[in-house]
Amino acid sequence: MTDFTPENRPNVFFRAWDSDIAYSFRRSPLAIIAALVSLIIIFAAIFAPWLAPYDPFNPASLNLMDGFTPPMEPNAFTGNVYWLGTDDQGRDVFSTILYGARISLFVGFMAVLFAMVLGITLGLIAGYRGGWVDSVLMRVADVQLTFPSILLALLIFGVARGFIPPAYREAMAIWVLIVAIGLSDWVQYARVVRGATMVEKNKEYVQAARVIGAHPTKILVRHILPNVMGPVLVIATIGLALAIIAEATLSFLGVGVPPTQPSLGTLIRIGQGFLFSGEWWILLFPALTLLALALSVNLLGDWLRDALNPRLR
Amino acid sequence: MSDTLLSVHGLTRHFDVSKPWLNRVIERDDRQFLTASDDVSFDIRKGETFALVGESGSGKSTIAKMIVGLLEPSAGEIRFDGKVMDFASGAAMRALRRRFQMIFQDPFASLNPRWRVGDIIAEPIRTFGLMRGAEIGREVGRLLDVVGLSAADAAKFPHEFSGGQRQRIAIARALSSRPEFIVCDEPTSALDVSVQAQILNLMRDLQDEFGLTYLLISHDLSVVRHMSNRIGVLYLGRLVEVADAKRLFTDPQHPYTRMLLDAVPDLALSGRRRTPVTGEVPNPINPPPGCAFHPRCPHVMPECRQIQPQSIPTATGTAACHLLGQGAPRAQQG
Amino acid sequence: MPTPLLSVRDLVVEFPTRRGTLRALDHVSFDIAEGEVLGMVGESGAGKSLTGAAIIGLLEAPGRIAGGEVWLKGERIDNLSPEKMRRVRGRRIGMVFQDPLTSLNPLYTVAEQLIETIRTHLDLSEKDARKRAVGLLDRVGIPAAARRIDDYPHHFSGGMRQRVVIALALAAEPELVIADEPTTALDVSVQAQIIDVLKEACIERGASVMLITHDMGVIAETADRVAVLYAGRMAEIGPVRDVIQAAEHPYTSGLMGAIPTLTQTADRLTQIPGSMPRLNAIPQGCAFNPRCKHVFDRCRRDRPELIARGGGRHVACWLFDGAMEKADV
Repeated sequence: MTDFTPENRPNVFFRAWDSDIAYSFRRSPLAIIAALVSLIIIFAAIFAPWLAPYDPFNPASLNLMDGFTPPMEPNAFTGNVYWLGTDDQGRDVFSTILYGARISLFVGFMAVLFAMVLGITLGLIAGYRGGWVDSVLMRVADVQLTFPSILLALLIFGVARGFIPPAYREAMAIWVLIVAIGLSDWVQYARVVRGATMVEKNKEYVQAARVIGAHPTKILVRHILPNVMGPVLVIATIGLALAIIAEATLSFLGVGVPPTQPSLGTLIRIGQGFLFSGEWWILLFPALTLLALALSVNLLGDWLRDALNPRLR
Repeated sequence: MSDTLLSVHGLTRHFDVSKPWLNRVIERDDRQFLTASDDVSFDIRKGETFALVGESGSGKSTIAKMIVGLLEPSAGEIRFDGKVMDFASGAAMRALRRRFQMIFQDPFASLNPRWRVGDIIAEPIRTFGLMRGAEIGREVGRLLDVVGLSAADAAKFPHEFSGGQRQRIAIARALSSRPEFIVCDEPTSALDVSVQAQILNLMRDLQDEFGLTYLLISHDLSVVRHMSNRIGVLYLGRLVEVADAKRLFTDPQHPYTRMLLDAVPDLALSGRRRTPVTGEVPNPINPPPGCAFHPRCPHVMPECRQIQPQSIPTATGTAACHLLGQGAPRAQQG
Repeated sequence: MPTPLLSVRDLVVEFPTRRGTLRALDHVSFDIAEGEVLGMVGESGAGKSLTGAAIIGLLEAPGRIAGGEVWLKGERIDNLSPEKMRRVRGRRIGMVFQDPLTSLNPLYTVAEQLIETIRTHLDLSEKDARKRAVGLLDRVGIPAAARRIDDYPHHFSGGMRQRVVIALALAAEPELVIADEPTTALDVSVQAQIIDVLKEACIERGASVMLITHDMGVIAETADRVAVLYAGRMAEIGPVRDVIQAAEHPYTSGLMGAIPTLTQTADRLTQIPGSMPRLNAIPQGCAFNPRCKHVFDRCRRDRPELIARGGGRHVACWLFDGAMEKADV
């Protein structure tokens, strides 16, 4: 296939730096801070095995004597110092946060991806086909919107567990969680994509493709999809924050990931048991991390929405 | 007749403009239909430019869309080079589809903003599988050259071009499947006059060079007169007059055609006194009975209010007016 | 010479952008005499609508007047406070915009909108204002005005709506009406009617008109004088008949040749090569020089000022510079 990409175009970094969106980014201190915080947490989560000073899930390296060490203070028995202290079993809180963020982000990203693929596909079909296909899909979406999404996720989670043999439950838990959160979140994508598709399909470039008899799938994927991705990106960013919070909520309620693979939500659940006995750090630091992550991703989403659609400001 | 390329017979299209079912039940309304095109018939000969003119609601765009298969006719038949166009049959249409193309009104909407110009122009070539590999790139370069752009422009995106240049790109794309027939839907109405002249001249040159046949849709009588061999005048979905282009302007037969001509501003400052134009196009959902033009017609007669006039031959073509049926076509002039 | 009703002197409008400041209007000067219809033509982006917006103080941010003066009957109005400017708008300058659908508020009847406008600017009782409103609607050719005045805008057809907008513009007896593409959104057969109404109703009330349009035909039918804008600069200004029949600026004459007419016989239209430059790429010297067939060195170097040609004509073209003519002879 002939490629019409020019050979002597300016390099990719220059073009990205010079784009309008990058310009708007450079002029928004809030967006820069939010991006920095998100990136640091994401980076730390990805490289947790190398960055974490301890492996909190290796029982061999744990010493119960190290339990309940306050932050930045030497342990009364062993004299070990932990930046953010340790929990009841002597696990380094900083390390558990790194590993927890890893799980939280993984679930968040995968859930958003799942919701996105499902929502975009159904939205494109509903918007392009119209008629009864559209009516059915959108009424399903309306009905789903009448349930709080966390309730729906709980329901899906419960039903899925009923079908999975106990032996696999532990291993499948994280995937069930992803599907549960993703399924409860596809409606937004479908609605936005449907609306944008209905606008785009009447544009003349789509008619031009129809005149030469291009296949509808090709029109949807090659013509319409690239032109509706802007708003999808915005929802996906804000959706990531929501998915991370949803995961934390489910894990906090004890239906999420198993305690052997604690996410930030699991850590908060464990930590709240020690709040009133004085070991505040076990709760506080995971909670602060979750807050920083969700808030910064959300702020990024807000900025992206404004930058992509100046009229909304 | 062998030199007819496109033949349209009894082309009709209704649009359902009813309110939703529940509203109709509650408000006791009936279903409502808008007849955008009502029993329209005409032939386009090979190598000519046939123009359809009309104001808003005349159905000119609806007819264009039916001809290229963007809309399904409610009734009537379209024949292309003698073969009936049946857009439902994919395989049979494929060969026919390659032979016609469409140029749209708004060059800012007719080019996908996310595609490179080269890919936009190559899309018909690829869809019809006309060429492959490096051949496509060379063909795109040649087409860009034909429309007065350079081969290097293939790598750019549409937003890097002005309106006139974009319309050139749209024309290059339309030419890429080597069609015989091009439907031009208001090709210059979004452009400035100096650019309009460039595009009209280009369309003429291409017609001479490739022996193209055009169907030109326009509301601008001056453009239509400049470009076409024959003209059809539409009013509220009906073809009121078809005539040879030059004669339509010197000897209009239908009172509506005359009114349209009188509405064109006079650039020559000749001080020609014009019959003042009156009234507006009525709502096409409830068109007047009989001849749809009768409420605005200066020569209205009793039968005009009841009987829909049929097209009859005139000195310059055909027209649908009761006045002409009386054998006194000159009565309207004065 | 009497003071002109409107006098625009060296008007400069700029748009600051991240890639530098764009000059959308560059030292534009013209006058409108009392009772005169001045047509303002140009291609999209030439700055004709901006000129109107700058005069009435409705430039959209970030656009701003960066230089020049606007005088209305000897009073400077470009530096008025927003509050004072609001009183000038509507009272002394009426406006007619392209789309009649958006210039009327769909939530109020025509009567409410007309009476409100009249009473904001004139000291009249509700009853007198209504009487005046009916009179105005009648004047702009709305049949059964006394009854239809209580209808909502959506009850009117496009042409009728534009008539209401014209009545609204004339409601407070303005001295000047600025009409920005008043016929562009209308059908051909309605355009001619609206142009007639606009012109006659304004003249009758002694209001001058600044008619902004891309349509030379409309100008030819309506205006007394015409100003041709190109890339934010005045190319030519003069009496309509002179400019249309014997344009002097190469851009204007090219433009006239490019318009197909109902009487021409030529097979091809004269065409000007290329297109108007974008505001960030206006060439040095005369903005038209890359497209001009008479271009010479000076055009590429220096920007031509408006040169008086007698009979009220002015042309911004070096071809008509005095020194040049002498050299020719």
